[in-house]
Parts: sequence; C-alpha cells; structure tokens
Amino acid sequence: MTAPVIEMQGITKTFPGVRALSEVSFDVRPGEVQALVGENGAGKSTLIKILSGVYHADAGEVRMGGEPVHFAHPVESLRAGIAVIYQEFSLLPERSVAQNLFLGREPRGRFGLIDERRMHDETRKVLDLFATGGRIDPGRAVGTLDVATQQMVEIAKAVSHDARVIVMDEPTAALNDAECEELFTTVDRLRERGVAIIYITHRMREIARLADRVTVLKDGEVAARFDAVPEPGEIVHAMVGRDIADFYAPPATEAEIGDPVLTVTGGGNAHLHGIDMSVRAGEIVGLAGIQGAGRVALAMALFGQEPFETGEVTLAGERVSFRTPREAIEAGIGLLPGDRKSEGLVLMQSVRDNGMLTPRAFAPLWSSHKRTAQADLARIDELLDRMEIRAASYDQDIRALSGGNQQKAIVARWLSMRPKLLIFIEPTRGIDVNAKAGIYHLMRDLARGGAGILMISSDLPEVIGAADRILVMQEGRIAAEFPHGPTERDIMHAATGETEVAA
Amino acid sequence: MSAADTPAPTRAGFRFERWAPLILLAGAFAIYVIVAVATDQTQYLTLENLIAILARSIALGITAIGQTFVILVASIDLSVASLISATAVLASVVMDGSPAMILPAILAALLLGGLVGLANGLVVSGLKVNPLIATLGMSLIIQGCLSAFVSNFAGSVPPAFQVFAYGEIGMVPVALIFLALLAVTAWGVLRFTKFGSDIYAVGGNEEAARFAGIKTGRIVVASHVICSVCASIAGLYLASRLRSGAPWIGADGVYDLESIAVVVIGGTVLAGGRGGVWGTMAGMLIFSLIDSVFNIAGVDSFAKQVLRGIIIVAAVAFYAIRSKRIVA
Repeated sequence: MTAPVIEMQGITKTFPGVRALSEVSFDVRPGEVQALVGENGAGKSTLIKILSGVYHADAGEVRMGGEPVHFAHPVESLRAGIAVIYQEFSLLPERSVAQNLFLGREPRGRFGLIDERRMHDETRKVLDLFATGGRIDPGRAVGTLDVATQQMVEIAKAVSHDARVIVMDEPTAALNDAECEELFTTVDRLRERGVAIIYITHRMREIARLADRVTVLKDGEVAARFDAVPEPGEIVHAMVGRDIADFYAPPATEAEIGDPVLTVTGGGNAHLHGIDMSVRAGEIVGLAGIQGAGRVALAMALFGQEPFETGEVTLAGERVSFRTPREAIEAGIGLLPGDRKSEGLVLMQSVRDNGMLTPRAFAPLWSSHKRTAQADLARIDELLDRMEIRAASYDQDIRALSGGNQQKAIVARWLSMRPKLLIFIEPTRGIDVNAKAGIYHLMRDLARGGAGILMISSDLPEVIGAADRILVMQEGRIAAEFPHGPTERDIMHAATGETEVAA
Repeated sequence: MSAADTPAPTRAGFRFERWAPLILLAGAFAIYVIVAVATDQTQYLTLENLIAILARSIALGITAIGQTFVILVASIDLSVASLISATAVLASVVMDGSPAMILPAILAALLLGGLVGLANGLVVSGLKVNPLIATLGMSLIIQGCLSAFVSNFAGSVPPAFQVFAYGEIGMVPVALIFLALLAVTAWGVLRFTKFGSDIYAVGGNEEAARFAGIKTGRIVVASHVICSVCASIAGLYLASRLRSGAPWIGADGVYDLESIAVVVIGGTVLAGGRGGVWGTMAGMLIFSLIDSVFNIAGVDSFAKQVLRGIIIVAAVAFYAIRSKRIVA
C-alpha cells in the first residue's frame, strides 16, 4: 500500500457560533479515488477549503508527502500540486482553452512575448489525455463550449499544473448520463496516472462506479470510513444517522387525482414542437430528457418567459395565453427555478422578505409592504413555519440558509399566491439527502392540497421515485409517456431515441 | 452508451460580437457615402477629406485607447477630460514659447498623467472605492486645482511643437500616424504579452485571476496608469493644435464620456474582460463619420447632440439584443 500523499489529522475549525469540523482525520493515496460524502453542512467544503488554503484550521495538521504544510493562499496549494475543481468553474469564458490552461503562467518566447504555439501544443498534449480531449480546439473560446466540455477544460487545467491531488466537488451536478460516463473515464485515467482524487458527491451510483475508499462526514465529524465501497444503505445510514425507507413519498392514489389543471395541445415555438400534455390536480408529473431536449424550454413556455407561438393552453379549464411570467403568475402558475441563487432569491434580503417577494410584486404601489392582498407578514411566517424552515430568525439574510431551506422558502412564497400549477426545475439540485426527502414529501403534500405539480429533473431515480406519471422529451417533442415506475433504461431509450444500447 | 455516440462539438462558427464593430463601421460609412451622393456633394468623397475626418478625432482616439485598458479590467476613468485640460495647460505653461522647453514640458505632462493614473489605480484597487466615484473625485480635484491657477489660455506652444498637430508626412498628418502607431502598440500589448492576457483575466473574473496567481491589484493600477498617460498625450496634442492650453478644453470636448462611448460602441463590454483596441478605433471612426454626415447634411448642432445620444444607445442595444439571441 502506497503512502498517503495527503494526510489531514485532527482538523478542527470553528466559525462564530458553529463548530464546522472537530478532530477530522482524512487521507488520500496516489492513484486512488477517495469519495467524501456527507449532507450539506456536514463539513465537506470546509475540509476542502482548509486543504487548499482558503481557510486555516484552528487545530490539527495537514501533511503532504509526510511533510507538514501550511498554505496561506489557494495559489500556494495549487503550486504544491493540489487542484480543486469547484462546481462553479473558475474559467474565463471570453478566453481560449489554451489561454485558460496557462492563465497567469503563459510560456514566454522571444522579447518576452507569449509563445502562443507552445501554449497551443502543450494544451493539445494535455487534452489528448482525455477521451474527448482530441475534439476540443485549444483556440476556441471557453464560453462557446458546453458545460461538460468546460469541466474537461477545468480538469485539463489541473493536470497541466501537474496536480498530484485533484479535488472534484460534485462534478456531475450539471451533466447528463453520457457526459457523466465520459467524466468517469477521465477519472479512471487520472487514477491510472497516479493522481490522488478526492471526489465529493451525494450520488451512490457514482460512489459504486468510481470510489476505492469512502469517508462519510456528519455534523463536522467522521461518521464512517470504508476501505471498500459498501452497500449504498450503509453509506446513507452513516450520512443521515437513520434509515430512510420512506425516502420518496408514496405515489398518488386514483382518488387523489382530479381534473386536469393544465392542458397543452399542439404547443410550439422555436424550441418546442407539437407539445400535447396535461397535468391533473393532485398529480406529480415528471419531465425527463437529456440536456437540451426542451424541458426547460417547455417550462419557460408555460411560465410565459418564452411563450408558445402555436397551439392552445388551458388552465383550470379556461383558455389562456401568457406573454410574460407576470401573466402566468396571476393566472395561478408558480415556478421554482433550477438556479435558486441567480433566479429564485434576493440573497441579501431576509427570509421573510424573500417570502413576500411575489405577493408584493402584485400589490399596488401605495400598499403597505407588510400587508398585501395575497399575504401579510403573519401569513408568510405561518407558511414558513409550515415548511419547517431552519433559520435562526426569519429576519436573517436568506443567503445564510442551506439549499434545502432556501428551496422551502421559495415554496412558501408561491403558496401565498395559492397556485393551481407549480413547476419545479431541478428541485433537489445541490440539496442534501435528508432535505431531498423533505422536498419530495412537500411536493406530495402540495399535490394532495389540490395543486398540479410539474417536476423537471435530470436525476432519473428522482423522477422515477417521485412522479406519478413521466413525460420524456427529446429534441423539443414529447417522445414518450410512462405511468409511475418505469426503469431508468426505459426512460433513457425514449430520451435518446435509441432502440437498443449494447453497453 | 459510449462516449463515441455523442456528436463532436462543432467548431465555433461566425461569432457576431467579434465582427459587430466592423458591421457598424461599414453601415456608418455607407450612410456617409449615400448622404454625400444624395446631397450632390461628392467632393466629400475624396481621400483628403476622409483623412481630414480622421484627423478631427485624434484626441478622442488617443484618450479612448487608454480608456479601453481600464474598461477591459472592469474599471472606468471619468477623470480623463480634466486631466487633458491640466496637461495641456501644464505643457503650454512650461514651454511658454521656448523650443528648449519642449522636452521638459512633455516629460512633465507624462509624469502628471502617470501620477494621476497611479492615484486612481491605488484608490480603486487598494481602497476598493468604486471606480466611477474614485475617478469622478479625481476629476473634480484636478479641475478645481486647475481653475485656482488659470482661467484662460495660459502659456504658448512654440512652432516646433505644433508639428505634432499640424505636421504632415506626404498627405498624412503626423498625429494620425502617431495614433495608428499607438493603436498597433496597444493591440500588440493586449494580444501578445502576458500583461495583456492578465488584463483580460482580471476583467473577466478577478477571483479566478487571483487564484491563478495573478497580482490583480497591479494589473488594475497599471491599466489606470496607461489610461491617464494616454489622456495626457491627448492633452499635449490639443495644446499643440490650439497653440496654447486652456482649462476648459477637456471638458469642452466631453472626452470623459465620449471616450467611454467610443469604447463601448467598439464592442468592449463595460463589465470588463471582452473587447479590444480595434473595436475602439472602429468606434472612433463611426463617431467621426456620423459627425461628418451631420455636417454634410447640415444638421444643426443641438439636433446633432440628440442624434449622437440616440446612436450611442442604439448601438449598445444592438449588441445586447444580438448577444441575447445567441445565448437563447
């Protein structure tokens, strides 16, 4: 067994009021994938930030190759060979792939000018290590590449820094299945090259596919350590401290499903063609498909952001046509965006203000900010209570809340509008396991309350587990429909249009 | 499903943003030709006249090249107009008609520019003052000091220095050649040097640049120094052209706002990280062509101002709409 390249021992870190990590020990060896799992707030990010020199531990020691190291700044850890790939890439979209790889350390040629040819050649060399690398043009602007390829560039950047340790923070969050497979191949290659990989994820499937060892964090402490990948149940048990047999809420019974809330016939625009669909009261409809299949375009059409140009839409039996989100909201549609931070929340305002956002938007200019026709502060507090939001106070800035609690605050906002149809886009992205279950049960409760729910998700197990009916989109059309409980394979076939997949 | 099933990402095709300034320039030129022909004033379509059009916007061009640097690092400089006045007056007072004092006057002007840029850059990057406020404050300080000392044309520029504004090599003005050389140099710096690469990095994503080990503060300061030195060169040019310096020439030319407008029309994004000097030069040409169109067509000066305002906003809206469509 090779000696660990990184050893962290007895790491303790306290933030004002919170003990983020206590006595955490962790190590990773060359040529292995060490999965680091835990709920949000378990301390994974804090541990990584200590490793990379963003934070400094209150107690404990980081050793690299046996020697104690102290990184005062992320640049120092990068120079020492530790590269962190965050979910939000640190790439410059306007600059080329090669320029990004060599940012801040461009090779110089004559007269101290940048040696572009060498930069290109070296970039080529690094990219050729990857399965898809050969298809990336080093001269192309990073902003024109898709997310998966951008991630590949980010990994290539780490490799070009001769990183001995690469940390990947939920790298598959924004990838579809095929892209995930490519990423796994890349991780395998890195492992073969002797790179130590710390792989942060929530997804059991990825742990089973990639990990050599698993460390589970819970509430800032190591809850479990596995030298081989155990059954998913064991990991989940260690993560949440309890069994979660009732992870998904039970599907709707026939009695619970009512009349159609929403129907679309022949809906079409630049991204969508011939959409025929319905969502009934009390029903959760899952919308599956690969990235770019038109799922988000459909949500945007229903919400009036990019309206249908053809076809007919009815809401609660009445014919409607929305040209703006405001019209859609007025008619009774709510939308929970996939990117909470940029599209859903005013991060610098309080939890309560975020709850009041939509009611206030529909109040006349001269009405009180505490009381509107739809809701007053007491009603919002009541809804926030009902969502069981964990916050020190509703006056607290919402950015301090965890993803799951932020999501619930957005739900509370919509409930104040008494919506007929709620559209959830990626409802559990970046949310930990416990909070996920909370969101599934919440969606079920809302459906039982008589709303129709349309749930767009790239997480197939989630669509299968949480939806009563599943629509699969492909190239802007609805390609297939399944009742509750198809297999992942069924959905993937419909989503990719392939009749049979050999692999 | 294997990796080979997914289609290879297509090469980036025609990138509209890259060519937009050129498209706008071609449009402006077409309008110029059409107006000249339509009003039967084809005498304006000669090469001499085109050179004359260019020569009118040299001070703006020099200032805008500097402004391009600060806008690329996601900063801005509102103090250029006051600095132009200050350097013009300083140079003309130091020269005071004596050819022997030309060199000291130039050095003094450049030094003043360098110091102002250094101060702007340090306040913006060190004290983290919003660049709009920092440079607006600097502008007021310079203008106030200047007005305390002079209230009219002060000093005079010896004929030898007037060559900068009035000299010609063949039929091309010396100042125009200087502007062209300055633009080529600026382009070379942005395109081929590490400093240029760092500028785009800092403007594009300051955090990422710092994490890559770039000393972001220094890049911001250096860009401000370049901007202010360019403004002081523009001040020297105006002193040479007017044969003396006066405390209002910068403000009179609205060089602060116009230089920003020219940079933005040239496709450089105010948020930083995207654009370049050629766009700025195209922007400057668009501005001077439009002015010439107004002159030929006999538009009165107030209407001219209104139309310029409309054109600036329309040009930027043109970019915004186009880039939104690309994203969608």
